[in-house]
Amino acid sequence: MIMNEEGKKEQTVSGNELGQDSTPTKPTLKEKVGKKEASASIGKGTFEEEISRRSFFSWLTIAWITFSIATGAFFTMILRFMFPNVLFEPPQSFKVGYPKDYTVGQVDVRWKRKHGIWMVRNPEYIYALSTICTHLGCTPNWLLNEQKFKCPCHGSGFRKSGINFEGPAPRPLERFKILLADDGRILVDKTKIFQYEKGQWNDPESYLVV
Amino acid sequence: MMEGFKLLVNTLAHPTIMLTAGMLVFLFFFPPNDWFEKWNRRLHLNFLWTKKGFYFVIILMVVFFLIGLTDPNFSLIIKKPDNVPIIGLIFFVFIFLWISMSQALKNDKLIDAGEKPEEYNDPEDKVLVWPDLVYIEFIALILCMSLLLIWSIGLDAPLEGPANPADSPNPSKAPWYFLGLQEMLVYFDPWLAGVVFPSLILFGLMSIPFLDTNPKGGGYYSYKQRRLAIPIFLFGWMILWVALIVIGTFLRGPNWNFFGPFEFWDLHKLVPLTNINLSEIIYIKWFSVGLPENILVREIFGFLIVFGYFLLLPPLLAKTAFKKLHQNLGNFKFGLFIFLLLFMLSLPIKMYLRWLFNLKYLIAIPEFFFNI
Ligand code: FES
Repeated sequence: MIMNEEGKKEQTVSGNELGQDSTPTKPTLKEKVGKKEASASIGKGTFEEEISRRSFFSWLTIAWITFSIATGAFFTMILRFMFPNVLFEPPQSFKVGYPKDYTVGQVDVRWKRKHGIWMVRNPEYIYALSTICTHLGCTPNWLLNEQKFKCPCHGSGFRKSGINFEGPAPRPLERFKILLADDGRILVDKTKIFQYEKGQWNDPESYLVV
Repeated sequence: MMEGFKLLVNTLAHPTIMLTAGMLVFLFFFPPNDWFEKWNRRLHLNFLWTKKGFYFVIILMVVFFLIGLTDPNFSLIIKKPDNVPIIGLIFFVFIFLWISMSQALKNDKLIDAGEKPEEYNDPEDKVLVWPDLVYIEFIALILCMSLLLIWSIGLDAPLEGPANPADSPNPSKAPWYFLGLQEMLVYFDPWLAGVVFPSLILFGLMSIPFLDTNPKGGGYYSYKQRRLAIPIFLFGWMILWVALIVIGTFLRGPNWNFFGPFEFWDLHKLVPLTNINLSEIIYIKWFSVGLPENILVREIFGFLIVFGYFLLLPPLLAKTAFKKLHQNLGNFKFGLFIFLLLFMLSLPIKMYLRWLFNLKYLIAIPEFFFNI
């Protein structure tokens, strides 16, 4: 429907308009609006009286400078935000008890929460596995009955060794540097990682012979 | 009786069966060519888009969810506040689909009879923004607000304990609108499923006006005049987006295993899912030689398949199935169209490869984070 000036509804046969084959006899919406616009006044001339060209530019400069300072400050603050004053991060290297604490064939989940590692002991050596899924970084669970690590996010599965065998994870779990400290306890250093696909698991630092 | 029904649903809900059936049925309901249309008419499938069909489906869905409420396992899923929107989504998707399809079929009949589509006979063809449109928007706004208010009072937000990177809930589900993406992540490497695919979806949607040069069907609903555009869009929307959300909500359980809707979420359900890469299948299983050292030699078959898919299929299709379209669109537009289409189809193809052959990646180069 189209309202005309008196506010009455007037019916248009729109089939014709869409059919492109007839010219509308009544004024269209656009024409009406156009007329109205022409008669409206926008207080012409008031600008020149209040603000001169020169002062307009100096205002503009001030505005831009203020804007830049504010934006700059904002982004500086955002940048500052990236470097927190205190970092509540567990230490990257830590001791995880004596080698005799670990039984052969067992996956030790004690350090999962605190340090993000699984300690695994096989007949010959001990190694520290990262608890970060190599797919998108969820934390898998150790399923004792199935003897595998299973990720709850997209279902990646890893064997006890850390090798991926099901689901989308593209590569095995990472291992961390592990060594025997002077006091006879095991020291794990998470700053050094060993990746299977790069052949780094043969590195003697990646496991601890017991 | 009930047990049998539940068992049947659980079996049918296996994604291989469900998706195959879904895609087949889809082609008959939304026929892209004469052959399917013939069968569509013979089977009276358009019954769905009549008033009776509407009530039929709605009642069917309501009954299904009511039965679900009586089941201890399924009711846990549907009563979960997270999942309420998805049940709403199932109904709304159907309702809106029904509205447009029934309108389209009405118009098709009119057009066949040599008349103009119904939209041309609307006396209220033009409405003023103020007051007509603004009033409608205002009422819609109030309705939405009150709905959200009631919803938020009635159902508590499904909040969990404080976030802890060291333990992920099992199963860990994304917000419902991302469940389709999460499902995609099971089959593709993160950079593909998380970056390339979403951007291509957006890019593809944006390019629709550029690629769709069919002048018919503008301003009115019609199915027959847009027999290619509608099925392709609905395939992406209904099967690859909505259905994946539904799968993610109702069928994914602990350890991201598949569970039937009425199945108990057993933490220890054992599903043998040992995945292997194409290179391993070919070199180790077929040729019984070890994997070659050289990465390029190792992955050559995967590269051949991927290149063949994207480089050989388009000219082939241009000469056969899409001959007319190719002539209409010209080389560039057709190339873009077929590239987007093939990319879209690669998702179900990869899903099937995983389900049927436990294939992990066609090209697997974990050394460079490049897996397809
Ligand atoms: S994050 Fe572990 S499977 Fe995706």
